[in-house]
Amino acid sequence: MIKNIGIIDYDMGNISSLSNAIIEVGGNPSIINDPSAVSSFSKIILPGVGAFKDAISNLRDKKFIGVLNEFASSGKQILGICLGMQLMCKNSSENGYFEGLGWFDAQVNKLPKASNIKLPHIGWNEVNFSKQNVLLKTIEDNSDFYFVHGYHVECKNYEDILSTSFHGIDFVSAIQNKNITGVQFHPEKSQSAGLSLIKNFLEN
Amino acid sequence: MLKKRLIAVLIVNGKYVVQSVKFKHTNAIHYDAAEAIECFNKWSIDEIIILNVSRNEETRLEFGKTIEKICKKCFLPVAVGGWVTDINYSRELFYKGADKLILNTAFYNNPALCEGLASKFGTQSITASIDVKKENKRTTVWVDRGRMNTKYHPSDWAKRAVELGAGEIFFNSIDHDGARKGYNLVTLNDICSSVNVPVIAFGGVFNWSHLSEGIREGADAVALANQLHYTEHSARRAKKFLINEGLNVRNI
Repeated sequence: MIKNIGIIDYDMGNISSLSNAIIEVGGNPSIINDPSAVSSFSKIILPGVGAFKDAISNLRDKKFIGVLNEFASSGKQILGICLGMQLMCKNSSENGYFEGLGWFDAQVNKLPKASNIKLPHIGWNEVNFSKQNVLLKTIEDNSDFYFVHGYHVECKNYEDILSTSFHGIDFVSAIQNKNITGVQFHPEKSQSAGLSLIKNFLEN
Repeated sequence: MLKKRLIAVLIVNGKYVVQSVKFKHTNAIHYDAAEAIECFNKWSIDEIIILNVSRNEETRLEFGKTIEKICKKCFLPVAVGGWVTDINYSRELFYKGADKLILNTAFYNNPALCEGLASKFGTQSITASIDVKKENKRTTVWVDRGRMNTKYHPSDWAKRAVELGAGEIFFNSIDHDGARKGYNLVTLNDICSSVNVPVIAFGGVFNWSHLSEGIREGADAVALANQLHYTEHSARRAKKFLINEGLNVRNI
């Protein structure tokens, strides 16, 4: 079993929380500041807290984009969390128009206003599985996970949708295509269900 | 559907977790904040708020270390506030495990910082803390750890905070803080109906029914501090109470 997991550090995130969660489930996290180190890992996580614009320009400035594209097309496992998931999409309309990594035919847009809901979407919400995946095994369908975001991913290919959640609308809360997975919620902050997902990423 | 949250608040003064009564912090409840988290029967709590209430800015470094220590074993969302006065310290707090930053006085004396943080880290990670106090029959917003009256009306202030980039409001009443009479429901309701971002109610919880009152007045999350330290298995009991009241909370 491969227990070494690389966490991409591009100055946008709660790196320690993720690292602590990986240690908690028996893994060995490494924080990657140097793009040339990416290819030596067989599993990496792209975390992210913040705005899309700063995130994508940090990835570019720190020369991560090329190596991440190579990693994704090599078939090795990569998990994007929150903004990390959004960066995997074609583009985002957060504070303008910005292109993402483009691994999913999807756009990132603001969650629409609706009656009886507050925005941003902050708190624990149910995750309804759309398909099965090793990352979700041992986790009960409709489990609660912690969300904190104002923008959401709109998928063009329905087969990429791993789960949905409801906040005024049904929105995509996880995406997956082959070796690439993205989750809108924070598994590292979602207690037992979240730790199970990280453990599954570690072990499968 | 999104659940209503039950939030534990840790008031930290220097190294110690203290009890807060009308913003006076006399009793130390725990000598180690990380240990206090363990004592919370943490699995029933949905989120943790940690506030550095020290009047000494030099406690920032020590407080950062406390956050780091707590986040090592805490797989729950953590919101952090107190002396958030620049981008570098904000980045450090996020890096150490904070999911949201709570700013209070900065919304008064440094709105550019609030806007800058919201644009850099996203509005979802910026919470505006609003403290109100009644003086001469008028309830207004107070800043600088409850020492300065801005003379602003709470709902006007809440709207302004949202315009400056706050993605959430953390509402407290200085008169209700530690007074054991429940939240300031009138102002809570006023704020909840004037902004469209989530609102956390805080200050004054003694009975579990105070929590359900807060939710019924429009709060998206209900927070408590002192009461969690003095009752055994308090978080679990509070959760059970809310579930029995038919409220939509996370059942753990």
